[in-house]
Amino acid sequence: MKKTYKIEVDCASCATKMEDAAKKTEGVKDATINFVMQKMSVEFEDGVDVNAVMKQVLKNCKKVESDCEIEI
Amino acid sequence: MVKLKKKQKKMLYRIIIAAALTIFFAVSSAVGLFKFDDPDMEKLFYFICYLVPYIIIGYDILIKAAKGIAHGQAMDENFLMAIATIGAMILGVTYTGDYDEAVAVMIFYQIGELFQSIAVDSSRQSIQKLMEIRPDSAFIEENGELVEVDPEEVQIGTVIVVRPGERIPIDGTIVDGTSSLNTSALTGESIPRDVIVGDEVLSGSINLSGVLKIQTSKEFGESTVSKILDMVENASSRKSESEAFITRFAKVYTPFVVASALLLSVVPTLLFFLADITLLDTEVEEWIYRALTFLVISCPCALVISIPLGFFAGLGGASREGILVKGSNYLEMLSDVETVVFDKTGTLTQGVFEVSDVVTNHIPRERLIELAAAAESSSPHPIAASLVRAHGADIDRSRVTDIEDVAGKGVIAKVDGISVAVGNKRLMEMLDLQFEEAPAHGTTVHVAVDGKYAGCITISDIIKPTSQQAMKDLKAAGIKKTVMLTGDQDSVAQKVAKEIGLDEVHSQLLPGDKLEHLEKIIKDTNGKVAFVGDGINDAPSLVRSDIGITMGAIGSDAAIEASDVVIMDDDPTKVATAMGISRKSMLIIHENIVFTLLIKFLFLGLSAVGIVNMWLAIIADVGVMIIAVLNSARALRYRKK
Repeated sequence: MKKTYKIEVDCASCATKMEDAAKKTEGVKDATINFVMQKMSVEFEDGVDVNAVMKQVLKNCKKVESDCEIEI
Repeated sequence: MVKLKKKQKKMLYRIIIAAALTIFFAVSSAVGLFKFDDPDMEKLFYFICYLVPYIIIGYDILIKAAKGIAHGQAMDENFLMAIATIGAMILGVTYTGDYDEAVAVMIFYQIGELFQSIAVDSSRQSIQKLMEIRPDSAFIEENGELVEVDPEEVQIGTVIVVRPGERIPIDGTIVDGTSSLNTSALTGESIPRDVIVGDEVLSGSINLSGVLKIQTSKEFGESTVSKILDMVENASSRKSESEAFITRFAKVYTPFVVASALLLSVVPTLLFFLADITLLDTEVEEWIYRALTFLVISCPCALVISIPLGFFAGLGGASREGILVKGSNYLEMLSDVETVVFDKTGTLTQGVFEVSDVVTNHIPRERLIELAAAAESSSPHPIAASLVRAHGADIDRSRVTDIEDVAGKGVIAKVDGISVAVGNKRLMEMLDLQFEEAPAHGTTVHVAVDGKYAGCITISDIIKPTSQQAMKDLKAAGIKKTVMLTGDQDSVAQKVAKEIGLDEVHSQLLPGDKLEHLEKIIKDTNGKVAFVGDGINDAPSLVRSDIGITMGAIGSDAAIEASDVVIMDDDPTKVATAMGISRKSMLIIHENIVFTLLIKFLFLGLSAVGIVNMWLAIIADVGVMIIAVLNSARALRYRKK
């Protein structure tokens, strides 16, 4: 399953870091950030609780870039 | 002008206040505004003074740096900026006596960040404006009243009402009303299209004149307008090689600079304290200062921001021209195309058959066409339609009697009581009539009137008016070879190729042969091979080629799915335009990469030998980024030469 979220991040290299952090989150198969559109599309592993995974993604992203936001 | 967000405004105020305070303290210390008897007291006083603007401008960076350390993210630029400026402050106390430098570095860094955020916002806005075709609402009629609903909630088969001036939100078929539509957002075509009941209409078109009732045939998400928007918005998710390179580069660049900075500070320090050697006659503090300057240049921001921005602008510029490129990688590849392979029918020709040549014996040309059209009038064959079109008026079918279909040969009928036979060579042979071989560059129908051979009418596909220009443009754009693959007969193919100016033609190909030829071309070409088709029957070729380009395929999901670039209107010159945009974007992107790297390494070198101080280093760093970002934005504008 794939979902797109609106995000808020100020610098491009921070976006790259967020992307890495999201990718490493458990339950996430792949994640890409479109910095210019401020969007993150996340592909989830089968059968995971999307909301729980996204909460973890946000938490992991906050670790690398405390200013970022994801609209879940 | 871009409207600043709250966050950006706040940053702007912080920059202004910090800068004002810094300038004030710098001036006051220069003119000796505050008098101190003890020079140490003065030092302390100014240290505290400068601490105020430093905290104002840099508190968030310091906090982020602390958080970064807590999360084990030591290499992040906040941390590096914090180290560089704190280091500069400490050196101010112990060595240089200047604190303005540390504050200035922070101020310039924040100016850079602010600029970056504004630039990104502004290019996002300009592209969104470009794509402002997403309809927000749909209207349905309930009990005689119009009710506004969310287009996403409209079920397939619902009848929606679109008033003049509104945008059609969902694809469907007109069930009531006539109007003309502006389809320029979809096709780039500015001439309005007239529509009547029964016509299929695509979402994204603007209803110009009458109220239309449309029965939807798709869901909102599957409708043309949503698909186009999705494609454009998601295009930059497919990363190009340049972007991948920069990401890899950024990952090594920062550690490299930090390691060099460490070496630059640690080696002289160790030499001095352990072996009492002063390296290059330079004091230890000076080495540390240089190392801190390194850290100031350590952020790869200019590269990391300008490359995706350049691609994004290029993709936006292309969609402005009615060219949808599905990914940054394809935009990149377009500039490497060496050979362009075209499908004929529907791509270089209009795919509409028209009478191109008439040879008559004794009957006037108009009369011959009229008789042939009448005899064929009840036939569903496309040739019949072209004959009727050439005749220019509707045919009264009651004039036609005794219609006899001769399978595979043609039709024999009585028109106004006169016997007319229309068909191919074999029909004439069957009727035992002498006939002339027609100049063969299309499909020829022979006509016999009243038992006598009357002449022949050649029907051929007409070449698009811009096809010839398209070939010229491609050559001008440096394309080495243009090839046409077609299933049509050789004489027709050769004629078209000659007229348009193609380099190579392969004709009489079965669909499977086309793919085989394409494979061979791909094998023989060093650069990339693009295949241009109309999306009908050529999906395998579109997929097999390096870049598949479809033309005028809006509304055909399969074609859009199979292709990498979609040209919204029917114009073959857009192929060269797409390549031009790609070349321009790639040039800008490469300029940015080279320019940024050159300046970065130049300043690293200069600061290592102490020519450049921290002031210049940060100004150069922020300056490079601003120039690179502004340069990227140029990719949005493409002027056809």
